[in-house]
Amino acid sequence: MEHYEMNLTLKVWKQKDAKSRGSFETYQVKNISSEMSFLEMFDVLNEQLIQEGKEPIAFDHDCREGICGMCSMYINGRPHGPWHGTTTCQLHMRAFKDGDTIVVEPWRAKAFPVVKDLVVDRIAFDRIIQAGGYISVNTGVTIDANTHMIGKEIADKSFAAAACIGCGACVAACKNSSALLFLSAKVSHLALLPQGQPERNKRALAMVAQMDKEGFGSCTNTGACEAVCPKEIEITNIARLNRDYAGAALASDAHKE
Amino acid sequence: MLDSKIPAGKLEEKWNDYKGHCKLVNPANKRKLEVIVVGTGLAGASAAASLGEMGYRVKAFCFQDSPRRAHSIAAQGGINAAKNYQNDGDSVFRLFYDTIKGGDYRAREANVHRLAEVSANIIDQCVAQGVPFAREYGGFLNNRSFGGTQVKRTFYAAGQTGQQLLIGAYQALERQVALGNVEMYNRHEMLDVVLIDGKARGIIARNLVTGKLERYFGHAVLLCSGGYGNVFYLSTNAMGSNVTAAWKAHKKGAYFANPCFTQIHPTCIPVSGDHQSKLTLMSESLRNDGRIWVPKNINETRKPNDIPEEDRDYFLERRYPAFGNLVPRDVASRAAKERCDAGYGVGTTKQAVYLDFKYNLINKYGRTEANKQGIQNPDEETLVRLGKEVVKEEYGNLFDMYEKITGENPYEVPMRIYPAVHYTMGGLWVDYELMTSVKGLYCLGEANFSDHGANRLGASALMQGLADGYFVIPYTIGNYLADEIAVKPVPTTDPAFVAAEAEVNERINQLMNIKGTQSVESFHKRLGKIMWEKCGMARNEKGLQEAIIEIQELKKEFWKNVRIPGGIYEMNPELDKANRVADFLELGELMCKDALLRRESCGGHFREESQTAEGEALRDDNEFMYVSAWQYKGESNWELEKESLNYEVIKPTQRNYK
Repeated sequence: MEHYEMNLTLKVWKQKDAKSRGSFETYQVKNISSEMSFLEMFDVLNEQLIQEGKEPIAFDHDCREGICGMCSMYINGRPHGPWHGTTTCQLHMRAFKDGDTIVVEPWRAKAFPVVKDLVVDRIAFDRIIQAGGYISVNTGVTIDANTHMIGKEIADKSFAAAACIGCGACVAACKNSSALLFLSAKVSHLALLPQGQPERNKRALAMVAQMDKEGFGSCTNTGACEAVCPKEIEITNIARLNRDYAGAALASDAHKE
Repeated sequence: MLDSKIPAGKLEEKWNDYKGHCKLVNPANKRKLEVIVVGTGLAGASAAASLGEMGYRVKAFCFQDSPRRAHSIAAQGGINAAKNYQNDGDSVFRLFYDTIKGGDYRAREANVHRLAEVSANIIDQCVAQGVPFAREYGGFLNNRSFGGTQVKRTFYAAGQTGQQLLIGAYQALERQVALGNVEMYNRHEMLDVVLIDGKARGIIARNLVTGKLERYFGHAVLLCSGGYGNVFYLSTNAMGSNVTAAWKAHKKGAYFANPCFTQIHPTCIPVSGDHQSKLTLMSESLRNDGRIWVPKNINETRKPNDIPEEDRDYFLERRYPAFGNLVPRDVASRAAKERCDAGYGVGTTKQAVYLDFKYNLINKYGRTEANKQGIQNPDEETLVRLGKEVVKEEYGNLFDMYEKITGENPYEVPMRIYPAVHYTMGGLWVDYELMTSVKGLYCLGEANFSDHGANRLGASALMQGLADGYFVIPYTIGNYLADEIAVKPVPTTDPAFVAAEAEVNERINQLMNIKGTQSVESFHKRLGKIMWEKCGMARNEKGLQEAIIEIQELKKEFWKNVRIPGGIYEMNPELDKANRVADFLELGELMCKDALLRRESCGGHFREESQTAEGEALRDDNEFMYVSAWQYKGESNWELEKESLNYEVIKPTQRNYK
């Protein structure tokens, strides 16, 4: 693969902690190889800052192979940057050219407060799962795994929804900071499977209620979430959730009577 | 003297006997007992969830922002289980046998047999949780093959099996959090274990957001903190994966076993330059369908697709006809290294071999699909198109990842791959109950040493993590805690907690006060280079002796000249890293000492002085049929205790995959 080197200007959000006000700082980096990943470019910048006696930029990252969901940079106005279906850590520098200016911000949403620089607090996602994003089964099941027959198409669909990495790009992209794509992916993952049926109604209601409580906004179906999702979670999951939610709400009303 | 506490009786009856006779804790007493779980990967999350369900009061810790991010999430290819759904002759005994043989006869029979026994339960449990494993059209579970076996026993979810299993365990864990049975501490890192009267009674953890040290009490402490592959700097581990929790326990008395047993995985994307921060695995499952080769000519300049069959050397198929591309990882890695060292490597660095899917894309998948769709005499173009669709379904995420990293399309051109550090078989020594040599301190999953001997077979790490957490610890911890029911929770103002915190505090202050000139990262890179060159895929006496001295010098330099910007009481990733690298520097030395002492080759540990005429690893069972368990005695000072391995059922032989 042919590669090239570039010099770049970076405008990066710096914020001391949750309470402080933040602002953009401008940095220059030189001789960045097109073979580097975006985060390796940040490594170079941080090394440079440490050498200069300055404070490096804090950012979340861990697996660097696009699966843990920890990395979360808003790059040039788009969560995870310009490549489709790609996390920040899998974005590579050949997406940029010599002389470019790159603007990097944290996820911005009321429910994701900034912790420091580009690091945000996404614990609200854990609490949405706590509200019902599981099947209530204790360890020690003795039903053979092949007892449930699940058609390949259904299993594949469930898997596609379960592939969500909980990074929060959907929230960051949404003008209302809605978490509905994240939530609907979990609801769909479980609602498509026979094991998920007993708690299907309760789950949808409880998770949506928790989402509202966390301060995420409403969904207006603009599809911005689907467009930036690094795992290409489909917006049809939201339609499925809406059906489940409406049905569950009706059922719970009927129950009250 | 170490006691492995292996139950008496016949191998296949030991675990059942144990379960039938171990002590139990009644439900009312469970609510009075507190358990600390460090790490929330497959082992930690499954243990925390299961113990919470049982009624224990659990506190779980992870350094990431959510327990769902633990590095188990990145496991790709699958999880083994002796279900024999494929009717190909699999059984508990075969899984046990393959694992022992794959580990080159350096694991305990009793532990491995138990692992094989519970393997089938894991699949049942995960399916009940809603893990969407791959299915056949008829609705039943599908399997694929992995290295070191001749049956298809690997369950999978595309190339994201670890993700799906971890999400299952994470959901179970969050359910317990919601019920109030588990308290979850995100962005916390354990920096010491607290001992009272020789028993583990708590931990000191650093809150990575505020920088403050916090004290937590537990009647027992479980370390599920993963492996130490990042001692090599470049590895397939996540950036944050570290040895710190295990190392602190080691320095407080827990023996460290077989530290030199590290796994170099044959199929990873090669290093592209000095900027490289980590290496990315391409799942072993790809060796099901990919054929590994190098050119036969030493100065080959043609592009891979232009090199005709007769000029290709499928070296694994040539050397190991019985297992072919599916030999175990250590064997495949060494064979690739051998070809590259001999000058046949490919790519710009010549440190790579090809992994080529074309043959199976056409002949296996393409043809099957054509038959299914009733296409008569399909041309090659049609076969490629049909084959691609199937391959995309099986490994799509891996192919995409390869393309993003290298800029090359692996559906069109063969992947370039090279071995990279992936897994560590060594770890804290544990007995049959998974207890370390410190009472009340347990170690589960990759962090312990127990089940994989000198080489782990593919798709067995997920199996072991979940076996330990779901099916072993819920029994064995009761056997200990039953005698602890009268112990009241110790207030964290106890002098033992105060002293432990003071010690951690002093070390952090010491690090911050160095104010040197070189970054933590630069030291980590230098350590990694020493480890890779002298304690990597091939090791020899001279290199190891040099490495020990080099590491000692590097450690001194680190403590004199490291520069950590920022302050203590704030989020400070550089300080987090410094804490971890300081421990890697000590571990690296022990690994080299262990490798030096083990003058045989076995599994992933290849001593150049000990090989067969064909260049295969040559074990020395007379001298080295033991687990080396190291006791910490002070700086650069360890004492070795040997736990001899007694094979009662399997007769160790020279591993043969030919």
